[in-house]
Amino acid sequence: MTVIDQTSSQTATETRPGGGQPMAPPAQWQRPGREQEINVGQRERAVSVAAGSIVALLGLSRRSIPGALIASLGGAMIYRGATGRCPAYESLGVDTAHGEGGGRLQGRTERGIHIATAFTINRPPEELYGFWRNFENLPRIMTHLDSVKTLEGGRSHWVARMESMGGKRMEWDAEITRDEPNKLISWRSLPGADVENVGQVRFQPGLGDRGTEVHVEMDYMPPAGRLGHWIASLSGDNPKRVIREDLRNFKRLMEIGEILTIIGQPHGTCTGQGKPYTESRWKPLFT
Amino acid sequence: MGYRSVALSYDPCVAEQELIMKAAIWCAPYKVKVENVPDPKILNRRDAIVRLTSTCICGSDLHLVDGFIPFMKPGDILGHEPMGIVEEVGPDVDKNKLKVGDRVIVPFPIACGECFFCRRQLYSCCDNTNPKAYLAEQAFGETLAGVFGYSHLTGGYAGGQAEFLRVPLADMNCQKMPGDLHDHQIVFLSDIYPTGYMAAWHCNIQRDDTVAIWGCGPVGQFTIRCAMMLGAGKVVAIDNGRTAGYRLKMAADAGAITIDNRSEDVYERLMDLSGGIGPDICIDAVGMESHGHSAMETIYDKVKTNLMLESDRPAALRQAIECCRPGGTLSIPGVYGGLSDKIPMGALMNKGLTIKTGQTHVHRFVPELLDFVRQGKIDPSFVVTHRIPLSQAPYGYEIFREKRDGCVKVVLDPAA
Repeated sequence: MTVIDQTSSQTATETRPGGGQPMAPPAQWQRPGREQEINVGQRERAVSVAAGSIVALLGLSRRSIPGALIASLGGAMIYRGATGRCPAYESLGVDTAHGEGGGRLQGRTERGIHIATAFTINRPPEELYGFWRNFENLPRIMTHLDSVKTLEGGRSHWVARMESMGGKRMEWDAEITRDEPNKLISWRSLPGADVENVGQVRFQPGLGDRGTEVHVEMDYMPPAGRLGHWIASLSGDNPKRVIREDLRNFKRLMEIGEILTIIGQPHGTCTGQGKPYTESRWKPLFT
Repeated sequence: MGYRSVALSYDPCVAEQELIMKAAIWCAPYKVKVENVPDPKILNRRDAIVRLTSTCICGSDLHLVDGFIPFMKPGDILGHEPMGIVEEVGPDVDKNKLKVGDRVIVPFPIACGECFFCRRQLYSCCDNTNPKAYLAEQAFGETLAGVFGYSHLTGGYAGGQAEFLRVPLADMNCQKMPGDLHDHQIVFLSDIYPTGYMAAWHCNIQRDDTVAIWGCGPVGQFTIRCAMMLGAGKVVAIDNGRTAGYRLKMAADAGAITIDNRSEDVYERLMDLSGGIGPDICIDAVGMESHGHSAMETIYDKVKTNLMLESDRPAALRQAIECCRPGGTLSIPGVYGGLSDKIPMGALMNKGLTIKTGQTHVHRFVPELLDFVRQGKIDPSFVVTHRIPLSQAPYGYEIFREKRDGCVKVVLDPAA
């Protein structure tokens, strides 16, 4: 079932109790035919040139055979950024260039990232729905969210921060597209969003006394294209992992009332004088 | 608060942390140091701070120190077998269950008591207490409970080889102890005594069963005694007579028949001792750093682990599978961390063996095992061969690993 496609979805859901069907990415994001050679989106081209330059310099500075290989990889990234043509995308049938600039999800052909994950939480659906429905609670469990403000008419304003992009601030407005108390909440971002997204959370009674199954599904457009998504994945900001961790935080908070941390505990330095433990989420791969 | 000392040198980075304590930290493979670190603070609302009176070095600490379990960070505080006196409790700790001044042992797994697993008493599988659940998910497919001082795979919690320990969800994880028993009689309730017990308890031991136990380290010693308490007909202990002869003697003192795997053929002896059928129950209390039973096997595993093609050396496990009688039970309290090679799956499957294993669900066994101590059925202090100051922890690790000076179990004294 497509979340965006509200008009046709209602009857479909009713025939499937619990709405257990996996959510397909919106049809509009699928690639049209491959008519032109340019197959890399504008923003992704810029990222590609920038990242390629860094990789090439890293490679060249090594002055070794592996270094040369790394440099040529960087060169390939600069090439695809400069020309907008990516042989790898071509062979995979991916196209991130066409339909860009439409603004709305509906107007775009770029493929989004689809995430689906589930947890069983040992609490009744009413309690879980009640917490989630007040979106202003969500920054307590979602590490990347700075704040959520509820506006009028089922709308809300979201502010997030991506550590892997130097703490870049991203904002969007969202509206609720479906709201079935204690069962389901669907939302989508409104035009002008920094991160366009649609999503849905379902609360479904588990078997026996197993509490509630919470299923979250999301489609979102990575702000820097698929390459940006890939870089974010390397740095630990892998969206699938982030959503899973957020949902696990939800489970922790609902079941035990707090989210355990180790930040601030004692830690050694091996130099004779320890200090409180710190940890940055942003961990570059090559250090 | 008399135990806390004041920092000698002023460092602006630790200006707010003037109270410092000693702790045993991991710096590199085979390298343990004792360093001054800040005192622990209440970080979550159900935390407690425990002033430790005894804390031990565990066989599984050796796996960490030797670099067999990745995900250690230099500076991590080691130790997961602590006990002490509650010094401070967080605002949300249930005052009916725990208060300042209580004498407690701290089980090594951190359990929440509310999740799917805790409600089924599978406390070491608790999926709410590991702050780095994603690492364990990648390594094992699903997360496990947080563990004190046991690498970032189990949450990176600061460990218990220190003067003070912060215990999360303290009313669940601090187990109150009576005041009339000696530290050495109860400190092992935090890990090795329940571990030995669970290994034997898993096997549903009958009166006519022969139980073979590989490894006569501290866990093996407890497994031997617990198997006997549970009524085993015959208990056989296996270890290397050259390096661990004194441990075989300790096993024999408990009433076990011993096999020196260096001078005797383990399979032949076990067949002989079990009337030609094979032991009904085989327990691997060795784990991932097992030494092979033949030169070829040892070299094979050493080469593969050094090339990182295999992370564990499962020699004891292989032999246990080969020796176990058809339809018998294989129990594995020994710790494994990653991938093992050349597991005789054919023998395992065709003989229809049952495997029982897991990190110990300590909380479940504490009341029962404490009763055994009070009733005089077992005195866990038998295993202690060394009590040394915490500041000598590196020496403790060395004699324990090298099996020097008759070392079986090292207890560290944080106050000395």
